[in-house]
Amino acid sequence: MIREFSLNDLVFLLEALRWTVLLALVAAVGGGLLGLLVAILRTLAFRPANWLALSYINLVQGTPLLGQLFVFFFGLPLLGVNVDAWVAASISLSIYASAFLGEIWRGSLQSVSSRQWEAGASLGLTYMQRLTHVILPQAIRISIAPTVGFLVQLVKNTSLAALIGFVELTRASQIITAATFAPLTVYGIAAVLYFVVCFSLSQLSQRLERKYHAPR
Amino acid sequence: MPLVDLADVHKSFGAVPVLKGISLTLEKGEIVAVIGRSGSGKSTMLRCINGLELVQSGRIVVDGIELTAPGADLNALRARAGMVFQSYNLFPHLSVERNVMLALKLVRKMSTEDARSLAHAMVAKVGLADKLSAFPDELSGGQQQRVAIARSLAMQPTLMLFDEITSALDPELVGEVLRVLESVAEEGMTMMLVTHEMNFARNVADRVIFMHEGRIHEDGPARETLSAPRTDELKSFLSAVLH
Repeated sequence: MIREFSLNDLVFLLEALRWTVLLALVAAVGGGLLGLLVAILRTLAFRPANWLALSYINLVQGTPLLGQLFVFFFGLPLLGVNVDAWVAASISLSIYASAFLGEIWRGSLQSVSSRQWEAGASLGLTYMQRLTHVILPQAIRISIAPTVGFLVQLVKNTSLAALIGFVELTRASQIITAATFAPLTVYGIAAVLYFVVCFSLSQLSQRLERKYHAPR
Repeated sequence: MPLVDLADVHKSFGAVPVLKGISLTLEKGEIVAVIGRSGSGKSTMLRCINGLELVQSGRIVVDGIELTAPGADLNALRARAGMVFQSYNLFPHLSVERNVMLALKLVRKMSTEDARSLAHAMVAKVGLADKLSAFPDELSGGQQQRVAIARSLAMQPTLMLFDEITSALDPELVGEVLRVLESVAEEGMTMMLVTHEMNFARNVADRVIFMHEGRIHEDGPARETLSAPRTDELKSFLSAVLH
């Protein structure tokens, strides 16, 4: 039964967009917390920790996100753990994000000159004071653009969750296309919706950079 | 008791020995210029005195604190021994005022108002009262270095270490920094400076230490040592730097 694309379909897409944004948000927060741990383990003056973090990063960055999604969605049930698409997508996107955010933040931390550590030390600042008052404010400024850039990627990558049946924007588009047979209209609208979300993020990044005088 | 006391200090970077048994004492109020070729260990020695470099053997006592003792409170020492670097090392994300205030608040535990008024006084002293709200990247090299000096002086240290602080400056900016150094010297501050400014060493320092291949090669009153070097190494070094 082929029907016309209607206002109801648009509402359905907008509702699905909600899940796209929510999934990206969960992955950003979960991946952010886990990424912080990765960055710390990667910079700690303790070889086994560095090695562990680096292996994790290589494993996650070196395998396709789709494969990771499948591992959690189809693999966990084999171990007797039943997960629905939402949980599997949240976990695998968080892990995916943590490997990239961890490396972005490590790079930002290490790009602050060691002379800044020394300048703080020479004034009698403790290690934690040097980190929080001298290094982090500079590292955060450096990390704004690449972090937001990655979050834009993350928003678009949530579309892979469609392949395990999670009804976000892309899966919703597939469903409506099957019913209306108007792929150009449906996917066109989906593309515009993705663009609106991603463009807003980029704008936010530029505003943050201006606010924190990024070049300084 | 001398303010700085180094006894047979050895330091190497990996397999490369940099300091090969340095012994020296520095009395309160002394102004010592450390000269020598690059790679002779001048800067490394200065950095060891501030605990920025750890030594392999020997003893370093500064202002009653033995740095080389296990568990020495390096932060307490550094709050008393100010250091100014060749590359200024101001905090780029903070204004001039806040650069000076930061350690006053965090280390000296001063209130914001007290820290601010002391910062204003110190910045005025180096002639930059009109730059308090400027950021480091808005200042010339000479101005940045004067702020760095103010930032260290504000901590009211008992000793100031200057590591080639005019070497990165354009020639026309060297004078303004040296004038600030002279005024600090006139106030009786104990100073140790690694420098290539021989005229400054001659006119302002009480004493000159010439380092050569990781050792103190000559050590004596500034004018005599520079005008009548006892060793061939210092002679050839002076003729090289004075043309």
